[in-house]
Amino acid sequence: MRLSEHQYRSVSAIRGPLLFLERVFASRLGELVRIESPDGRSLSGEVLKISGGEVLIQVFGGTHGLDTRHTTVSFSDAVMRAPLGDGVLGRVFDGSFRPLDDLPMFIPEFRMPVTGAPINPVARAHPVEFIETGFSTIDGLNTLVKGQKLPIFTCAGLPAREMTDQLLRQARLPDGGPFVLVFVALGLTHFEYQFYRQTLEHMQSRFVAFINLADDPVVERLLAPRLALTVAEDLAFRREMDVLVIITDMTNYCDALREISTAREELPGRRGYPGHMYSDLASLYERAGRIHGRKGSITLLPTVTMPEDDITHPIPDLTGYITEGQIVLSRELHQKGIYPPVDVLPSLSRLMQHGIGKGQTRKDHRDVANRLYRAYAKGCDLRRLEAVVGRDGMLADDRRLLDFADRFETEFVHQGKKRRTIDATLDTAKTLLDSFREVSL
Amino acid sequence: MSGKVTSISGATVCVDFPDLKIGDRISVGVNRLTGEVVRLDGSVATVQVFEENRGLGIGEPVTTAKGPLTVHLGPGLLGGIFDGLQRPLPLLQESSGDFITGGQNPFPLDCTRSWDFRSAHKAGDKLLAGETFGKVREGHIQHHLLSPHAGILEQLNTGELQLEHPAAILEGNQPLHGWHSWPVRNARPYRRKLPPTTPLITGQRCLDFLFPLLKGGVAIVPGGFGTGKTVLEQTIAKFADVDVVVYVGCGERGNEMAGLLDEFAELEDPRSKRPLMERTIIVANTSNMPVAARESSIFTAVTMAEYYRDMGLDVLFLADSLSRWAEALREISAALEEMPGEDGYPTYLGSRLSGFIERAGAVETLSGTQGSLSMILAVSPPGGDFSEPVTQACLRVAGALYMLDSQLAHRRHFPAINWNQSFSLYSDTAMAHFSELHEEWAKLQARCRDLLQREDALREVAEVVGMEGLQDGDRLLMRTAEKIRLDFLCQNSFTEDAYATPQSTIEHIVTLVAEHDRLATALDDGALLDDLLKEAADASL
Repeated sequence: MRLSEHQYRSVSAIRGPLLFLERVFASRLGELVRIESPDGRSLSGEVLKISGGEVLIQVFGGTHGLDTRHTTVSFSDAVMRAPLGDGVLGRVFDGSFRPLDDLPMFIPEFRMPVTGAPINPVARAHPVEFIETGFSTIDGLNTLVKGQKLPIFTCAGLPAREMTDQLLRQARLPDGGPFVLVFVALGLTHFEYQFYRQTLEHMQSRFVAFINLADDPVVERLLAPRLALTVAEDLAFRREMDVLVIITDMTNYCDALREISTAREELPGRRGYPGHMYSDLASLYERAGRIHGRKGSITLLPTVTMPEDDITHPIPDLTGYITEGQIVLSRELHQKGIYPPVDVLPSLSRLMQHGIGKGQTRKDHRDVANRLYRAYAKGCDLRRLEAVVGRDGMLADDRRLLDFADRFETEFVHQGKKRRTIDATLDTAKTLLDSFREVSL
Repeated sequence: MSGKVTSISGATVCVDFPDLKIGDRISVGVNRLTGEVVRLDGSVATVQVFEENRGLGIGEPVTTAKGPLTVHLGPGLLGGIFDGLQRPLPLLQESSGDFITGGQNPFPLDCTRSWDFRSAHKAGDKLLAGETFGKVREGHIQHHLLSPHAGILEQLNTGELQLEHPAAILEGNQPLHGWHSWPVRNARPYRRKLPPTTPLITGQRCLDFLFPLLKGGVAIVPGGFGTGKTVLEQTIAKFADVDVVVYVGCGERGNEMAGLLDEFAELEDPRSKRPLMERTIIVANTSNMPVAARESSIFTAVTMAEYYRDMGLDVLFLADSLSRWAEALREISAALEEMPGEDGYPTYLGSRLSGFIERAGAVETLSGTQGSLSMILAVSPPGGDFSEPVTQACLRVAGALYMLDSQLAHRRHFPAINWNQSFSLYSDTAMAHFSELHEEWAKLQARCRDLLQREDALREVAEVVGMEGLQDGDRLLMRTAEKIRLDFLCQNSFTEDAYATPQSTIEHIVTLVAEHDRLATALDDGALLDDLLKEAADASL
């Protein structure tokens, strides 16, 4: 503990969102600082690196208007902490935890460091409880369970937004109860934000939102998800609520990470993204989960827009390595008018095996899912053959498989805006499989 | 002796502290975080900190316990769950709650547990370094207590033994405990390496039949995300015919580790009929735990694996995944501002990796028995591109490659092992053993490969002329190959089928090939394939 607050006016350089300070005495890594600009604006920042008396600070908010002569930096002697308490529910904040809803700041009950601490692997409870999303492609074939992190991989122009919105309205817990939503918008356009606002209103006060719009400071995109997850951890593990965290769009988060990394002159990795992006993403995604002996849970559904529709791009690639599966949207299905345009073949839910079957969904679930997969995968393979030799040159069984693939898309995948219960999903699947019984599926 | 923190950049900390050695274990700051000296420059040492160091301040004190980063080796490791620094995670949970905070260092072995210590030695016997001086019963194995150094036995405290008390006294009043510590970066010594000869039965038909591994061999399993690396590694961990399994979750998912722990606690070892956890050591350093500890985790784990090998046991080391380890190495290297090599990895990636992988092998131990340490290492190439440095560096030293194919995985063909591009250099040696089980093993293996290869060629033809345009013989071949793929090579890890004995594997393939031959002969005699298949279908109803 320092007995006095340390204040410095020794800014030596400002580079993008970074501030370099000289002759600093006893600073801490990750220490929260307050920056007063010459025109009286107050910003916050965080210590990234210390070398003797030289300190590198990352500024949350724009560095416009800062100078090297009059800017004052005060050190707080503590790492950044998020204010927590019941007052947080039903509120909308910006990327630095300032209220955006014209209400005064709530009175925090206590504060916790925003980076959180890793859950001890032996304290983790394996996620097994089925969540009904109302989408056949997810419930039937890529089942989501409580405590899972399942990203939606989308392409520019696909209806990921509509899907997310519908998911929020429809998702049901095993006991039928609703979720508490923690919504994080990173680099969202005003147009998209209007859209999500309606959903938030629908959630009444069972939500907390952190909104960083496309024209807000880039550095706050790194901060907002950490604040949100700290809030989510408090709601889930202290208040014992089931929390659903939606982050949209992780692509903007990673671009912000790249921007800061370049400003720090770090070595760029693939496509210019920093080499530590995997660990950085993991520090967010891994905060999802359940803990033995505690009732709450954090289920995480980030949206990732794949640049150039490329699933091997570093952002979806590293995300896929950390999350427990992925829901992949397909431009081709979208163009066929199918909604939700989920391509079930590259989609996957790693935690599905334990969340389905007797006691969770239905006894026949696993068998139905396996048969659907096999037949559809075969049908898709045959489509390439069809393109070359034409339908007439194919065996009767193969032609039936092609029909199956088509009907699978129009009858099972396509469901419009209607919600399907898990029973309806499995019944649709069975009807479909039954009408192709004579083909060996 | 002590020093002070002078600069901090992420987990890399510089301290002003004279007379340190490279590799020394350091305690940093008021929270006493564990670190390791990685670079020296005059009196300034660069320290890699293994724990979360946010909040660490300039000028905070640094102390050293003298000596390098070590692990503690002794009875009671089996069934243990540790982090990358061998801290027991259940104890950490007791002491600091469900979330991991820094600065805790509980002793990894249970010092109060009683062991029944027996010894064939007597006072006056001469002990060599690494020699067994007694045994205790640990689960299903005889745990040899190994003497870390040479000496003459003066007293043996056989009977009930607790690790906090010495098990013996060496001449010169030197206490000899049931445990000792060993530096993780140093491979444990052995008399000599032996060529691996015995097959390691994984219970996976595809591996045991097409790409067998030997006890003491090394296989790598590269695959993009969703190709089933983790499921394959965990399935092998359950069923492999070894005495001890060391499983490292290196920079991977926390929920997966939780699933593994749940499952292993319930499951039974198919051979000894005892809980699976009793033969398993788990090292868990999930992706959100500190990066530097991820780098050390594989060394911590392999040292424990070597320790059990030194008792003359067969040990299997599984790591998921080596790419995360390499990335940790890259992050550390970048923080040290070293000149980067390919893809930003340090240029010593290859040598560091081969140094590590070479710790595998079949050996004659210092006690004169034979033990083996086998490795199956998962690799996660970015974008599923196998030309990247980690996969390539592994390939130079591994004896078997189990390449996982995302196309197969999308079709839900699991294990998604690509049969064209995988290989095993141990195949010939393993064949000598397998032919005792079935004399035609090698021939059937070649036959099976040939069928699969010809199917690929035929599929290309079929894509031009359609299946209708193929001759009956070729259609039969495609049917058989499909059966081999779907019934034989596919193996569902979540059902009874998860484990196949070599006996059932060979019987299975014999049946498939025999049916193919029977139908092929009938075709030669002028029968039509459609009729034959109809007959077969009717017969099976």
